[in-house]
Amino acid sequence: MTTQPGRSAESQRSRLDPEPIPRRDFLGISALLAAGAALSVALVGMLRLPKAAVLASPSKRFRVALPESLAEGAPYVPPGRSVALFRDREGVYAISMICTHLGCIVKPSATGFDCPCHGSRFAADGTVLRGPAPKPLSWLGVTVAASGVTVDEDKAVPAGTREHLA
Amino acid sequence: MSGASAESTAGPAPALVRFGRNLVAAPRRFVETMFRSGAPTSDRTRSTFVFGNVFLHLHPARTHRWSLRWATTWGLGIASFAALGLTLVTGVLLMFYYKPYPDVAYDSIKDIHFVVPTGRFIRNIHRWAGNVMVVTVILHMARAFYTAAYRRPREFNWVIGMLLLVVTLALAFTGYLLPWDQLAYWAITIGANIAQSPREVTDALAMTGSFDPGGFQKLLLLGSDTVGAEALIRFYLLHVMILPLGIALLLAVHFWRIRKDGGLTRPDDAALRLGPTQGVYPVFREAPQRTYQLAAIVRGKTAAVGRGPEGTVPAMPHLLYAELAVLMVTTFLCLLLALFLDAPLKELANPAVPENPAKAPWYFLGLQELVAFSAFMGGIGIPTIVVIGLALIPYLDRETDGTGQWFGGPGGRRLVLASAVFGLAAVFGVEAIAIRFGWIREWWPHAPQLLITAINPGTVLTAIYGAYSIFLVRRYDSTRAGALGLFTCFLAGFVVLTVIGTHFRGPNWEFFWSPAEWPGH
Repeated sequence: MTTQPGRSAESQRSRLDPEPIPRRDFLGISALLAAGAALSVALVGMLRLPKAAVLASPSKRFRVALPESLAEGAPYVPPGRSVALFRDREGVYAISMICTHLGCIVKPSATGFDCPCHGSRFAADGTVLRGPAPKPLSWLGVTVAASGVTVDEDKAVPAGTREHLA
Repeated sequence: MSGASAESTAGPAPALVRFGRNLVAAPRRFVETMFRSGAPTSDRTRSTFVFGNVFLHLHPARTHRWSLRWATTWGLGIASFAALGLTLVTGVLLMFYYKPYPDVAYDSIKDIHFVVPTGRFIRNIHRWAGNVMVVTVILHMARAFYTAAYRRPREFNWVIGMLLLVVTLALAFTGYLLPWDQLAYWAITIGANIAQSPREVTDALAMTGSFDPGGFQKLLLLGSDTVGAEALIRFYLLHVMILPLGIALLLAVHFWRIRKDGGLTRPDDAALRLGPTQGVYPVFREAPQRTYQLAAIVRGKTAAVGRGPEGTVPAMPHLLYAELAVLMVTTFLCLLLALFLDAPLKELANPAVPENPAKAPWYFLGLQELVAFSAFMGGIGIPTIVVIGLALIPYLDRETDGTGQWFGGPGGRRLVLASAVFGLAAVFGVEAIAIRFGWIREWWPHAPQLLITAINPGTVLTAIYGAYSIFLVRRYDSTRAGALGLFTCFLAGFVVLTVIGTHFRGPNWEFFWSPAEWPGH
């Protein structure tokens, strides 16, 4: 007998217990997996498209002149903006009027702000009094110059931050 | 040549004459070739009329008489499909004039309403067919549930049905965003922020910086960080392309599975309950004596084994005419509504001032009521739990008692009634507490946000209903009894929350006994 010991063991094993994955099946499974992987990568690539990289939105910075007659602690809402500006002895501050619940625009009221959509109530400093809002209204960054007050709606600042009047 | 024309029987007629005869016969032959085997006048041709036709062959050639009883289905599935068909046809017509850009969208809807010939009517039909579809889909689901039609082998089709319900609601939602009126603008805003509401949880756990699925979902929906042109075109794309393709795909599976799962559910003794076939036109006359099956391919028992074909009638005309009747009734209903009730159009979208109250269409007002307590649980958590719970029903109830019968199973009609009373009492109780005494933040102003997010009246209701269902499973020693109770409770809860959201909520989402009491502004 010239059969190598390794081979004979192989043939013996395959008679009693066939190869777990015959070569042809192995190639077929590999092909399936490769096709599946390729299609998955293609799908991920396609899903990448709708996630915008550049967000086309109007500038969030604007400049206003506070009315001379603005009373202390009374809100001033510039036309077309969702920001309430206040002036008191310590300075100027701005509170966003976008409800932290689901994005409706709150309305100034006697106690602070009321949300018309789902009934959240906020105090005059933006803290949540009642309703579903998860967070207080944001305070926004303001800079005061001779030409007016500049508000940056993208810049949240800690509550209570006031900018001194020039 | 002249001799041939004199004795016509002898040889073939001249080619020109044959051409003439062929020309005369062409219309008749065209119709004959259109239907492969002639008019449906015998059992055989009635069968081929159905399975030889690409549009009809999804139907069986013969239908069990049980499936044709009105009380079996009330035609609700076909009515949903008919309403979908109406929205597709009218939707394509509306696309002739609608322009999905914020500065012209509103004007184009106004044009459709006031200038385009029949535009107002077509838009009204589109709107009403969409509403009718929401109703019939929900009723269709209730029918399938109460007749225990979700059971083996129809479990998978019930799950497909759940997906169809979700897609139907998504179609309705994306539809009312397109006019770019106040309703549209604030619905997009609220919808996108609900998509963002997982932030309530990630914020509370201080992990939004590294893991922010909410922000991702909102960005994907809006295509921007504000509601604008990008958002409108995305919702338009969803409404006219992505979701219709999705619903077509799901419907193909849904219909195919009805056939493959053996048609509509019926009780084992359906033939007995129906009585003899006499008087039914046309009775089974000339079909082959033996039935041949693809025995090697088709698994399980075939419909006729052990029963014979007596319970069945030809699908043409019985089933097809019944479907046609449902289609006509649905169309009539939608046209009637469209004639008398105009689709709403509010003022032009104003990003600075939301309406007060800003209400969604009626089918979302139950959700809006829950969202008014906490956005994540009310807008995502509870709906997900409910849909997954519904989809699991056929896998959790594996009993066979009562299949194919209305309110079939242990407890039956009485259990359903009792559950309806219980479900109503629970939702009234929870809502009464929430309206009269407020909710968590009013009781403990400094409660952690995670608690406020999680403990929504909807959460409490779901827990009560779940506990009640478990009680029923034990009491009747039956999973079907638990399912009957749970489904009935959720239906009751849905109806009551919707009614409260529709009629009893006013400005600032406060409670009013009637809209007449709303403060003027």
